[in-house]
Amino acid sequence: MNKCTERIYNGVIRENPTFVMMLGMCPTLAVTTSAFGGFGMGLTTTVVLVMSNLVISLMRRIIPDGVRIPAFIVVVATLVTIVQLLLAAYIPVLNDMLGIYIPLIVVNCIILGRAEAYASKNPPLLSVMDGIGMGLGFTLGLTLIGFFRELLGAGSVFGYEFIPEDYRISILVMAPGAFFVLAFIVAARNKLMNEKEEDACTGMCAGCPSADKCGALKEGVND
Amino acid sequence: MIDMEKLIGIIIASSLINNVVLSQFLGICPFLGVSKKVKTAAGMGGAVVFVITISSAVAAVIYNFILEPNGLEYLQTIVFILVIAALVQFVEMFLKKFVKGLYKALGVYLPLITTNCAVLGVALTNVQKSYDVLESTVNGFATAAGFMLSIVLMAGIRERIEGNDIPESFKGTPIVLVSAGLMAIAFIGFLGL
Repeated sequence: MNKCTERIYNGVIRENPTFVMMLGMCPTLAVTTSAFGGFGMGLTTTVVLVMSNLVISLMRRIIPDGVRIPAFIVVVATLVTIVQLLLAAYIPVLNDMLGIYIPLIVVNCIILGRAEAYASKNPPLLSVMDGIGMGLGFTLGLTLIGFFRELLGAGSVFGYEFIPEDYRISILVMAPGAFFVLAFIVAARNKLMNEKEEDACTGMCAGCPSADKCGALKEGVND
Repeated sequence: MIDMEKLIGIIIASSLINNVVLSQFLGICPFLGVSKKVKTAAGMGGAVVFVITISSAVAAVIYNFILEPNGLEYLQTIVFILVIAALVQFVEMFLKKFVKGLYKALGVYLPLITTNCAVLGVALTNVQKSYDVLESTVNGFATAAGFMLSIVLMAGIRERIEGNDIPESFKGTPIVLVSAGLMAIAFIGFLGL
């Protein structure tokens, strides 16, 4: 497989940030009350991720090793600010819907994780493809969770209602529903993974033997 | 004149009704990762209370006296994250040198807090709700207390869950998430307050 398409396959399927790596759980739970919310959050994160991977990859020989994490954070925070201002100006609907979770993209561990694990060691083109792959994987994960919560909880998909009010499970669009849906998704993943191989990722990198091989940050539990 | 009524309202709203973990979904990673034992959960909670209270005070001072008068509000995200990162380092060094007992209790959790999104989340919420410095500090403390409450409760539940007969696929994270969901339902009850 071509190196660039391999990166996209890796991000969307093999190392899917939501279902396989379990990274960026805060936005995953918070903005997925509707499929549109999940989709918008996923795309916004993708834009930041692609740009941060590009910038960090271009700067990888300039940034001294000792201060690389603070440098990455400044780059990401700057990009997030730009994206936030653009959203407020051109897509105010999405800006109002995602609210505080847009500036919080700064502390999304997918972005710092990819900067540390991939972009700081690889050339710009591959890093951009890695960002696109990971971003699409994240978007897919959030949209799916949002789809299920909206369909079962509010009886609609992307705002089009088709399940009558009496048959909706309204707890799913409330806060507890986020935990329940994610619990079932992780359980389903565990089932699939247990059938495939025994050393499945538990989502907790601390104490995981393959922690430094996978893309998660080495600093331990974080988001 | 301090508006006590508003402050008490902030405390109840931030610690119980809008609990950071269970209704705002901030700080999920430590909530899932460091909640295996009540003792470590309490340590993490203590460190978070410490850092969030200080950082929301500092962030509010910077925002109200430097950024806002100069029309630099758009720099808030960058400034806040740098302040938090620097502050955590500083708190760690300070405790290590002067308050050894507290450092021993909280030390290991401090580096993990920089990337706890609750810290940045509280600083940004304070700006969004245009709280002054005192209100921001109180809100920071109350939010962190809510975090500590939920993580310690979670750890208590997890200690009990351990010996139970759980379906194979639900072992580990899923059963914790289900418990968290049930806790979130209980916390919805505070809406009546």
